[in-house]
Amino acid sequence: MPQLAFETFVPQLVWLTIVFGFLYLVLARVALPRVATVLEERRDRIADDLDQAEQFKRQTDEAIAAYERALAEARAHAHEIAQATRDRLNEETERQRKSIEARLAEKIGIAEKQIAATKEKALGNVRDVAIEVANAVVTELLGNADRAAAERAVDNELK
Amino acid sequence: MATENAEHGGGGFAIDPMHQFEIKTLFPMQFGNIDASFTNSSLFMVLAAAAVIGLMLTGINRRAMVPGRLQSIVELSYEFIANMLRDNVGTAGLRFFPFVFTLFTFILACNLLGMIPYSFTVTSHIIVTFALAFFIFIGVTILGFAVHGVGFMKFFVPHGVPVYLLPLVVPIEVVSYLTRPISLSVRLFANMMAGHTVLKVFAGFVIALGSFGIAPGIVPLVFMVGLTGLEVLVAALQAYVFAILTCIYLNDALHMH
Repeated sequence: MPQLAFETFVPQLVWLTIVFGFLYLVLARVALPRVATVLEERRDRIADDLDQAEQFKRQTDEAIAAYERALAEARAHAHEIAQATRDRLNEETERQRKSIEARLAEKIGIAEKQIAATKEKALGNVRDVAIEVANAVVTELLGNADRAAAERAVDNELK
Repeated sequence: MATENAEHGGGGFAIDPMHQFEIKTLFPMQFGNIDASFTNSSLFMVLAAAAVIGLMLTGINRRAMVPGRLQSIVELSYEFIANMLRDNVGTAGLRFFPFVFTLFTFILACNLLGMIPYSFTVTSHIIVTFALAFFIFIGVTILGFAVHGVGFMKFFVPHGVPVYLLPLVVPIEVVSYLTRPISLSVRLFANMMAGHTVLKVFAGFVIALGSFGIAPGIVPLVFMVGLTGLEVLVAALQAYVFAILTCIYLNDALHMH
């Protein structure tokens, strides 16, 4: 069995030490730090990109929130304007209605006064006619008539 | 034994399945008294390390924000070992990340390079796997005492065990701890050696039975194809097992039970 040829042990051990030691030095000092740098750069880059994406998302959210706030404000404002317009129109309508009513009431008052005057006048005529008629009827029946008595009798009846 | 087979086997079984594990000196070298000859094993260690370094450096060369295929392999292996350490040891274990990464990639590269025909499998030698396992064992033990002081001895006294059982349990714990480097190294070495030996034996069958005609030779060839796939899986799996057991030992040293 060549594995038990003891005279080959020393050269194998010598070269194992040299080669393994050299390999260790090159890997530990040169190769592995380079790999570590590349991996770290990539990790940092990914983390940065994720951070940036997160930031963009936050900005988007903020923009959406601002838009919604503006929309709500605009709605409130529009509602306010509509309410104010409605109030103003109501007020004006009320005022016009009142002035028209006042005018109408005035006209009604004048008309009523005219009616009352006309009625009074008419009633005054009725009294004269009634006295005349009564006087004429009494004169026809009795030959003469007391005009004052006829006036009294008509006044009594008209009361 | 092997040479005898080769000599007496004749046309029937001329292939020695253990021949592939032989260490051949390519350039004799000497550092003082130490024999540091550059062997076929050294060559494949160098190739494995070169493959790992080449893959890692070319893969990460572009430093692309969106990785290509090669960079994905590099990054996935990085994340794989980092997650293994995080899951099994916690963030305190990330100090040992370069070591575990080197260990995993080196063993994986050695195992996979060994799957190439005519190549040599570094990890099929017990001395290599044992050296790695023993280094881990010593390192983990020093780490345990450094972190917990003498309190690390309590590691051998499990919680909730009745006192009268302790004389039995503590020696078992100590022995199981001391055999860690053996089990760790033998697991890798035996898997590699057995797998490659089986492949070689079946390859011998293809030649031996193929000499009787094409049909008898096809059967072991089909087995060969299946076994080769299995061996690639084992090569990756054993590298993973070695790395994850190292993580578990590190966790024991850092956090006890």
